[in-house]
Amino acid sequence: MATFIDLLLNALVIGILLGGFYAALSIGLSITFGLLDVVNIAHPTILVLGAFIAYILNTSLGIDPILAGLIATPFFFVFGWLIYQVYYNAFEKSGSESLRGLAFFFGLLFIIEVGLIIQFGVDHRLVEAPYIGESWNIVIGEEIDVAIPFRLLVAFVVAAIATLAIQVYLTRTFFGRAVRAVAQDMMALRLMGVDPIRVKRIAFALGVATAGIGGALMIIVLPIEPSVGRLYIGNVFAIVVLGGLGSISGTLLAAVIIGIAESIVATFFGPSWSPAVSFGILLAVLALRPEGLFGKTAGAH
Amino acid sequence: MKYMFEIVCLLLIVGIFVLTQVISNQFYFFIGFVILQYMVLATAWNILGGYAGYVNFGSAGFLATGAYTSVALINFLDIGLIEQMIIGGAMAGLLGLITGYLTLRLRGVYFAIATLALAIILETVVAHWDYVGGAAGTSILPKRKPELFDIMIVDRKTGVFANYKEYLFFLMGTVAVLSVWIARYIEQSKLGRGLNAIKDSEEAAECMGVPTLRLKLIATTISGAMMGVAGAPLASYLTFIDPLSAFNLEYAVNAIAMPMIGGTVSWMGPVIGALLLGTAQQVSSLWIQSELNLLIVGVLLVVFVIIAPEGIVGWFRKSRQGSRR
Repeated sequence: MATFIDLLLNALVIGILLGGFYAALSIGLSITFGLLDVVNIAHPTILVLGAFIAYILNTSLGIDPILAGLIATPFFFVFGWLIYQVYYNAFEKSGSESLRGLAFFFGLLFIIEVGLIIQFGVDHRLVEAPYIGESWNIVIGEEIDVAIPFRLLVAFVVAAIATLAIQVYLTRTFFGRAVRAVAQDMMALRLMGVDPIRVKRIAFALGVATAGIGGALMIIVLPIEPSVGRLYIGNVFAIVVLGGLGSISGTLLAAVIIGIAESIVATFFGPSWSPAVSFGILLAVLALRPEGLFGKTAGAH
Repeated sequence: MKYMFEIVCLLLIVGIFVLTQVISNQFYFFIGFVILQYMVLATAWNILGGYAGYVNFGSAGFLATGAYTSVALINFLDIGLIEQMIIGGAMAGLLGLITGYLTLRLRGVYFAIATLALAIILETVVAHWDYVGGAAGTSILPKRKPELFDIMIVDRKTGVFANYKEYLFFLMGTVAVLSVWIARYIEQSKLGRGLNAIKDSEEAAECMGVPTLRLKLIATTISGAMMGVAGAPLASYLTFIDPLSAFNLEYAVNAIAMPMIGGTVSWMGPVIGALLLGTAQQVSSLWIQSELNLLIVGVLLVVFVIIAPEGIVGWFRKSRQGSRR
């Protein structure tokens, strides 16, 4: 019994930390998909690209991965800017974004993934930092102690700060409010004399820019290989939809739910089942409650 | 002539049969099978993606459903290839129906994400299912000296086909011709027009009395079943199957890229796309590393989606209209 409680407690703690980490991965998509309605299915793969940039900066220059993520952020901002520019001109302007836009992002996902495979191969890569590999043990009782791995704790703290910053930015600043206004009523914004496309472009770039930090956290938490992006699609989309599209606090809560579910399944059934958890939750949410737990309607007619 | 197309289809099947009897170099059947398989896959994808505008990211999941159904059937009953393809198709069709039921009440984007989710869940389940080989995979020995209605099908001396590669090529060729026929039939029928109306505006179609949900369910079922049929002989073709090869992303990407590049508006698009891309990939894989090959497919997909939204077919139509003016 004591071992069961021990396992459960550890799974819960890991799950919560994992949830914070997932929130950092999902926050960008919550902006691009949730608020702007651009189905950036390549987002997890762009995160993997961020992870590889952190890897290069870490192994060649010895830069701390989180710092490397911060350095990469402006580049991802520009990258996102360019993606939206192409996306808008090719699809959104003519209103043909649904089918072709999806295919565009799928192609983008694929190009980045295969490009990374050609460059780095399919081996797992990892970074070095003082907090990786260490953990903090809290002894609670006989046979019950909770281990908190520092790498997850670091990811959790950084994710919490990033999420909070974005939340404040979206609710307190003029531009942040403009982004939410775009999500609510583009036409009204246009009538107020604001160019909604400019707002969307910057917001999209911001969403992609989170891949700098998110990618760095990704490689801190687990070793990376190019195709893991696809597995994270389940996590991030499940979280964004479950959290109610575009709701940042909902995203955080949904991320913790997914994190705990995954961690419990991994503890009691084995980690090879974890992809099925997030994708299963995603399917269930889509089928049963597309409006998410805490937000606006996802897309029912 | 009313039945012109049907006659061409029959002639094609006969032609494919003649090819298996005339050509002795097995290599052509080996790569021909893959190209034909892609043709079925692309045609199936286009019924939903091209006609109705619902993108399926999980083509590999449907294909693998067919493939693993036949692995289970071989282990359990030891039945022949044709039966495997029928049952594999039925299972994948059922899967398509279920997927449709779960997600088609939502906007198309969610359908796309749901299909992807479905493929990965299936892959995880199959990787844990030891009866069909689990994550490590299993090797499949095709049945020796199969017979159909007392006719020896595959035998070096007395069979209709000298070996399995020829038989598989013939079967896949027949399926490819049939699926193109089905796609063309749908395109010209009431179903196709209904799906097209859904693509243009689902609300408007609904208001005009188009039974949108029912049409979409029919489309997901047919599309899924066709993919399953294409996947069923995979294990016999490779003589080995594991989740990695059956759920390969290559299938999902090609299933989208081929119709998109060929043109999604007509049945010809996927056929042209599959012939061009499939042949190019098979031939170039002899001297280019396969990742580079896939990168080219990805780039082509993106470029075509941006600059030639109607694909090669649309391109030709446009230039023909232009010259008429």
